[in-house]
Amino acid sequence: MLKVRDLAIRFAGRSASEAGTLAVDGIDLDLDRAQVLALIGESGSGKSATMLALAGLLPKSARTTGSVLLDDRSILHLDEREKSTVRGRRIGMIFQDPGGSLNPVLTIGDQIDEVVRTHHGLDRRAARAETVSLLSRVGIGDPAARARAYPHQLSGGLKQRVAIAAALAAQPTVILADEPTTALDATVQAQILDLLVNLVQVEHVALLLVTHDLAVAAAVADRIAVMYAGKIVERRGPEQLVAQPGHPYSRALGQAALPFVAAGDGRHAALPELPGRMAAAGGTACAFAPRCPLAVDRCRAEVPPVQPFGDGEAACFRAGETAP
Amino acid sequence: MMRRWSLGGVFGAVVLAVLVLAAIAAPWLAPGDPLDIVGRPLLPPFTDPRFPLGTDQLGRNVFAGLVHGTRVSLLVGLAAAAAAIGVGILVGTVAGFIGGWTDEGLMRVTEAFQTIPTFLLALAMVSALGASTINVVLAIAISSWPATARLVRAEILSLKSRDYVDAARLAGMSRLGIAFREVLPGAVQPVLALIGITVGVAILVESSLAFLGLSDPNQVSWGGMVANGRAVLRTAPYLVAIPGAAVAVAVLSVSLVGDAMGRRLLVSREG
Repeated sequence: MLKVRDLAIRFAGRSASEAGTLAVDGIDLDLDRAQVLALIGESGSGKSATMLALAGLLPKSARTTGSVLLDDRSILHLDEREKSTVRGRRIGMIFQDPGGSLNPVLTIGDQIDEVVRTHHGLDRRAARAETVSLLSRVGIGDPAARARAYPHQLSGGLKQRVAIAAALAAQPTVILADEPTTALDATVQAQILDLLVNLVQVEHVALLLVTHDLAVAAAVADRIAVMYAGKIVERRGPEQLVAQPGHPYSRALGQAALPFVAAGDGRHAALPELPGRMAAAGGTACAFAPRCPLAVDRCRAEVPPVQPFGDGEAACFRAGETAP
Repeated sequence: MMRRWSLGGVFGAVVLAVLVLAAIAAPWLAPGDPLDIVGRPLLPPFTDPRFPLGTDQLGRNVFAGLVHGTRVSLLVGLAAAAAAIGVGILVGTVAGFIGGWTDEGLMRVTEAFQTIPTFLLALAMVSALGASTINVVLAIAISSWPATARLVRAEILSLKSRDYVDAARLAGMSRLGIAFREVLPGAVQPVLALIGITVGVAILVESSLAFLGLSDPNQVSWGGMVANGRAVLRTAPYLVAIPGAAVAVAVLSVSLVGDAMGRRLLVSREG
């Protein structure tokens, strides 16, 4: 249903002569209704730029190539007017900071009413009824009273539920969620993830979950795509990716996500860390080679192609191998 | 939670309330035309119970002039400030939200207005258009909108990159709908604090214009009373002092209230 092919995003440099920065270097994604695809990677891997491109929210300085098809309709290069119809009906978005995505000076009911009225052409009373129903569908108790509250009167978890209700108000087919639980407490995190997974089934929408947390991705996703330096380096099912990662970067991510590895003397061992920084996208070698414990000469000379691995694929010459 | 009103704010609000009541009740407090000759000329204040504040050199009731003058000052002040703030909000919102060349163009126009001193511009406008109450309101509004426009633009710029604006765009709201329904409500709070200053300046400019004879000659105004009393400043200083004090008290009360409002809003924003 959502089909991304060879998507590349380049941010323009200060002047025309400057090459600019390549944020995403030709990625493919496929996502169906009632499915959860997690896109994971560290800061700067291009996962947020990918999502902004799907939402049509990239700044003007960004140049995109490739294609993004939603039900066989291109949504990548639309003008403002086309966007305001396609975007709202088809793509909803949940932001990292639940406070930031709600307008602080309007009650939450008024904000959701606005979306409902834009999309269904309902009058005030009918719109409010729909808003209250949405709030109860995202698990908010006493929704009619909550609709009259301002965002600052709600907790972080409630605000994120409201933001999810607002995203659902336009009846999207795809929901993009950018680190939707990062800003929340651990207990609330689990509730919000449960809610999202549940909504994907009940409302029959597709969810693209962008996160840096492998544990979160593994808990909710049907498929996981690992991004590094603008490329998708591995694409697997969650159980296999955690149990037998193909790409050394996926393995490193998995180790970094392991909670509290107890050392022999009872203290917690330090979390393993990746040395160095992420290389720029678009090079002529494996971008992970400078930080890779398994790198050989070939890794520094050519870009590893995507090859089948396990229940998915990985872009590594030494996929599945472990460091001695 | 809610901080109490400051002493200055309470004082300003009380004085302002008295002025508004005086303006509303003027026909009952001092019946008849305040420009009529009603008594002996140059009667000092507190000597005749019929004329509590005395009479001027033509025998007109100073008290009547004062309360009727309140109407003109407050009306012109509020109307001019409302028009100025309305224009300022419109220009600032459009410039800040749309950006690009629209912003550049609107801001250059705003700066062009800002380079001319408020009073000089108002003076030139009233001289050219003729001295009527409407023209005075227009002149003051046209010379005092740039401050609001710049303030609103700055607020909009800081608000338009928030996530909830992106969320509204994704939800399919139109650009103008987002600018005026989503972003503007968050930007008007500091404007509320600017109202006090704008109204105060408007009252001051109105009085100054009247002092120079550039106001409706058939309506009594504080500035006109001061100008009138200037001729007999040595023998009857109260004819200048009383309307002059009225101007000072009105401007002071308005800015005290504006200041108190601004402080409260600041507190509610931070809290």
